[in-house]
Amino acid sequence: MQKFYVILVDGTIYFSWLFIVSMGLTLIYGVMKILNIAHGSFYALGAYTAAYAVGVYFAGHYPPVGSFLLLILSGIAVGGIVGLLVERGLLRPMYGRDEIVLVLVTYAAFLVFEDLIKLIWGVDPYFAYQPYELLGRVSIGGIAFAVYDIGLFALAVVIGIAAWWALERTRSGKLLRAVIHDREISTAMGINVARMFTATFVIGAMLGALGGAITAPAISVVPGIGVDVIVLAFAVSIIGGLGSVAGAAVGAFVVGLARAFAVHLLPEAELFVIYGVMAIVLAFRPQGLFGRPAARKI
Amino acid sequence: MTSAIQKFSLGVAVASAALAAQPATAQQAEPFKLGIVTFLSGAAAGPFGVPARNAAELAVETLNAGKMPAPYDKKGINGQPIELVIVDEAGGTTKQVTEYRNLVQRANVDAIIGYISSGDCLAIAPVADELKKLTIFFDCGTPRIFEDASYKYLFRTGAHATMDNVAAARYLLAQNKNIETIAGINQNYSWGTDSWNDFKASMQALKPGIKIATEQFPKLLAGQYGAEISALLVEKPDVIHSSFWGGDLEAFVLQGKARGVFEGRTVVLTAGEPAMFRMATQIPNGTVIGARGPHGLFASDNALNTWLRAAYSERYGTPAVYPTYKMLQAILGLKAAVEKGAAGKPEKPATEVVISAFEGLSFETPSGRVDMMLGKGHQAIQATAYGTFKFDAAKGEPQLVDVVHYPAECVNPPEGAKSEDWIKGGFKGAKC
Repeated sequence: MQKFYVILVDGTIYFSWLFIVSMGLTLIYGVMKILNIAHGSFYALGAYTAAYAVGVYFAGHYPPVGSFLLLILSGIAVGGIVGLLVERGLLRPMYGRDEIVLVLVTYAAFLVFEDLIKLIWGVDPYFAYQPYELLGRVSIGGIAFAVYDIGLFALAVVIGIAAWWALERTRSGKLLRAVIHDREISTAMGINVARMFTATFVIGAMLGALGGAITAPAISVVPGIGVDVIVLAFAVSIIGGLGSVAGAAVGAFVVGLARAFAVHLLPEAELFVIYGVMAIVLAFRPQGLFGRPAARKI
Repeated sequence: MTSAIQKFSLGVAVASAALAAQPATAQQAEPFKLGIVTFLSGAAAGPFGVPARNAAELAVETLNAGKMPAPYDKKGINGQPIELVIVDEAGGTTKQVTEYRNLVQRANVDAIIGYISSGDCLAIAPVADELKKLTIFFDCGTPRIFEDASYKYLFRTGAHATMDNVAAARYLLAQNKNIETIAGINQNYSWGTDSWNDFKASMQALKPGIKIATEQFPKLLAGQYGAEISALLVEKPDVIHSSFWGGDLEAFVLQGKARGVFEGRTVVLTAGEPAMFRMATQIPNGTVIGARGPHGLFASDNALNTWLRAAYSERYGTPAVYPTYKMLQAILGLKAAVEKGAAGKPEKPATEVVISAFEGLSFETPSGRVDMMLGKGHQAIQATAYGTFKFDAAKGEPQLVDVVHYPAECVNPPEGAKSEDWIKGGFKGAKC
């Protein structure tokens, strides 16, 4: 029974991380129909910026509690700035081209950012472990968990509720849903689609960078950390249905729980389980759990 | 007339001698082109790749100046200045095979030293023989290279992972005879699985009846080990074995420490030494640390080690760690083999001659003597050591206490034996 509780907690923690990390990717695809490979770069930039900022902060002997705010703000700031630059400078001239071209453009951006990160921060690891240790640990089912990890669940819930409220309860959200539903009709109805695109991409980049920033305290921030994140975020988004916020949540939960079960009960299947779940979902619902079948325009 | 003929003859003789001497001089000045392959980007660059690259640059500069301590005080390699061609190991095995072919066929290097990743080594090994290029693996650990196949042009100057894990098992059981259960968390590729299998078998051979609590194999560079740490905590093993390296190792230490993984049990990190200095305040006291040989803080005082410690920390501002030692070991092994093959002649010896000289060679390094004893003289064995981590708060630096050294013949299988069979057969022929 202890193992069951622990699996639930592990699954929930992993779900929280996956949801935060994949939310930006699915949002950008939902609105802009761009499979943003550079999402991994936003994650890495968030992690590096946060680790660097936290390092400077603690070297200055400021109140430790402020480091949590710094993590979040540094992630959001770097994501916002870089997202705006990429959207305005790189993607805007490409709108209207084939989706594959846009994938290649974001892939090129990813490669450029990988080298840029190496140029700025070098190849030595950065650490920002202080916030991770600061909150201590809590015992659940007799097993110690880092309170910081439990806090990720709270953050995921806040982000999920904020996304739902923004999309369902605000005027901008309704306009955005109109764009998601039909870009051409939205334009004809007078919605400034270009502005919607910019806002969506910047928010998506902020979420990606935030994912990196909040992960930084638990890891060694090294070159290449964004690569695996793209694959995982894609898997989650595809399971849930690309473009669906609810789908991202359900996809992350399914993957988180399946992985936790595998680690505890069948460790040798851990690598396979995420893609196994994806394959099963796609076999029965090629559009993902929450995706809508798209009518083909002829 | 006679005098004129004599003068003419003398002139011809001098001119002929000068002409004859010219090619020899040109040959002496011809550089020895050495390809170096190590991680310059990606997660392995910081902890392994860059310290190894630094070692190559420092060693070549010192050798070319003829300032390396004896017996390596002859300039360059057999008098030829060494010219480095450095290649990034990142990008996967397919890319590495292409890069290897480029080094051989385009850069025309005389020899290649490289490869940290066991996956890359397994991919490169057959290509080295196909292209007939002298190649030295300096770091990768999988025992399968020379146990599953035989290669003519390939050498490995560092001991394979069996040594690390047999020695770890011996050390742990010597420190605590009451170990009942063990668990492992290792990366899901050849290095991780081979390391765990050797460690598990060694513990079971040294203490029959020992139980396996859990075996975790997360993806390489996963970074998130929450569920794996929970599994380790649920099973409550007496010992946790990990061959993690680089960012994975550092993330495991951060996450594990925060959740009490290191409390009430012994954690052994077989490749933990490179993280010791940058994570000095994070690695919990009592963690058992290995350096894949008697490298770094384990290395004894000798002229080569004294030079390396001083020169490396002065130039790079950080202590030399085991990838540095292992790269230097490979370069010194190559130099020793070429110069033995040249037998005092200034000409560059043929590759086949160098290979014959390299097979079964013993040579001195900053970490002590290396013997090319396994794999028909192509695979090194070496002594090793383990110690227990302790942070010296007064000095603000990490230390290793309770250090135990193991002779090479104690922790390496004998020639012709497969590591797995040797361990399961009770370490027959081991001289401890």
